[in-house]
Amino acid sequence: MLDDFLVRAAVAGFGVALAAAPLGCFVVWRRMAYFGDATAHAAILGVALSLLFSTSIFAGVLVVSLLMATLVSLLSGRGYAMDTLLGVMAHSALAFGLVAVSFLSGVRIDLMAYLFGDILAVGKGDLAIIGAGALLVVGMVGWRWSALLTATLDEDLAQASGVDPRREQLVLTLSLAVVVAVALKVVGVLLIAALLIIPAAAARPFCRTPEAMALLAAVIGVASTTGGLQAAYWLDTPTGPTIVSLAAILFALSSLAGQFKRRLRVSRST
Amino acid sequence: MHLLSIDDLHVALGGRTVLEGIDLHLDRGEIVTLVGPNGSGKSTLLRAIIGAVRPARGRLVRQPGLTIGYVPQRLAIDATLPMTVTRFLNLPHRHSTQTVRQALEQAGVPSLDRQQVTDLSGGQFQRILLARALLEDPDLLLLDEATQGLDHRGTADFYRQIASVRRELGCAVLMVSHELHVVMRASDRVVCLNRHVCCQGTPERVLASPAYQALFGPDTGDALALYRHAHDHAPSSGTPAPPAAGANSLEATP
Repeated sequence: MLDDFLVRAAVAGFGVALAAAPLGCFVVWRRMAYFGDATAHAAILGVALSLLFSTSIFAGVLVVSLLMATLVSLLSGRGYAMDTLLGVMAHSALAFGLVAVSFLSGVRIDLMAYLFGDILAVGKGDLAIIGAGALLVVGMVGWRWSALLTATLDEDLAQASGVDPRREQLVLTLSLAVVVAVALKVVGVLLIAALLIIPAAAARPFCRTPEAMALLAAVIGVASTTGGLQAAYWLDTPTGPTIVSLAAILFALSSLAGQFKRRLRVSRST
Repeated sequence: MHLLSIDDLHVALGGRTVLEGIDLHLDRGEIVTLVGPNGSGKSTLLRAIIGAVRPARGRLVRQPGLTIGYVPQRLAIDATLPMTVTRFLNLPHRHSTQTVRQALEQAGVPSLDRQQVTDLSGGQFQRILLARALLEDPDLLLLDEATQGLDHRGTADFYRQIASVRRELGCAVLMVSHELHVVMRASDRVVCLNRHVCCQGTPERVLASPAYQALFGPDTGDALALYRHAHDHAPSSGTPAPPAAGANSLEATP
C-alpha cells in the first residue's frame, strides 16, 4: 500500500496535520505566530548546513530550528519589541540560508522543494521520520497538556500551582522545532507556520474548551492536507500551496459561520 | 517551624532594587495584610513567595510540601483561548464535579459553570479566581488586591469568605489591599511595606506608628477614623508628610 506515492503523501500529510494541530493551538493562544515563522525560516539554513556537512537533512533542520527558537527565547525582552526581533531573525535566517545554499557548488538541490515542500516525493524513510516526529510531539504536548494550559493562562498562576512556566516554554520550543523538521517535506519552509496557525484559528469559533479546539484543529488540518493533495492532483497545482489554500478557505468559511453564530446569539438574547 | 520564613530578602528587577531587607514570618491560621503605596513592592513580594522572581539575597523558606493558593491582581485571558469556568477550575489539577459545584456555590456564583471565562464580569471573574485558589486546598492563600472590581456587598462577602476559609482550612492568608478600612478590621497583623518593612504589628499599632503616618499621611480617612478614639494622632510638625493616597482632606485637621 505504501508503494503508491499518493498513499505515502496522504499518510505524511496526516501525520504532520495531527502534530501541528495541538501545537498550533498553543502558538495561537500564546501569540507566538511569528515565533513559528522564525523557526521555520531558519530551516533553510539547516538544509544548507546539512548538505555542506553531508548529514541527514532532518537532523540539520532540527538542530538549526532548535537553535533559532532558543535564541529568540533568550533575546526576547532585551530592548527590542518581540515582533521587530522576530522580523529581523526570521528573514535574515532565510536570507543567510539562501546565500549558503548558493555556495554549494556541485550539489544540485531543488530549492523550490524546500521552500514549498514536495509531498509527492515522500519516501518510506521520510514516512518513518514524520511518523516518529508526530508521535513525539503529540505525546509530549499530551503529557504536559494541563501544565502547558496553566502556563499559557498566566505564568504566576502556574508557578503558584507548582508548574514551572520556563519548563513548559521549553517543551513548546522543542515541539515546534520537531514539527518544523517534520513538516519541511510536506509544505516547505515558507508555509509551515500556515499549517500550524490556520487550522487552529479556523477551529476557534466552534469550541468551548481548549481540548475541543485542538481536536477540531486536527480534523481541519487532516481535511486540508488530504483534500489539498487530491485537489493538487486534479488541478495539477503545487501540492504544499494547494493544501494551505484549502486550509485558508476553510478558515474563511469558519469565520463567516462564527460571525453568523454570534449574531444569532445576540438577536436571540435580546 | 513557620509556614513561611523570609529573612533579609532582597529582590532586584531589571537592575533596580525593589525589595530590601525584608523579614517576615507567617504561621498557620494568621491573616496578614500588606499595605504600602504604589510601587512599594507588594506584588513583587507575593511573586517572590510563589517563586516567580528569584531573590538577589536573603532566604525565603517555605514549609516542605506547602501548597499555595494564589489570586493575582489581574489575569488577561487571550480571546483565542476557549475556556469554560469549569475547565478553568480544573487547571492544573482535576477535581470531582461535586467539589467544583461546591466551590462555585461557596463563591456565590453557582450558575456560571458553563460560561466562557472571557464573558465574565470583573467581579464574577474575581470570585472564580478565589474559588480556583481554594480548590487547591491551600496552606497559604495569597491575595493580590483580590477585591478589585467587586461592589460593596461583594467585598463584604469576600472578606467573610476569607474569614470562614481560615477557620475551616486553618490556612494562613497574606493579602495586599488598598481598602484600608476593611482590611484593618479583617486582619490579625498588618505589614507596612515601602521597599523595606516600615513597621508591622496589630492594626492598631501600625496605624499609630510614625512610619505608617509618614507614608500615608497623618490622616488616612476611614481607617484612622475607626481607631481615632484610642490614640493621639497629632502629627509632629517636624516630619513633612507626603500626600496621602485616598486621604480624606476634610478631616485633615490635627
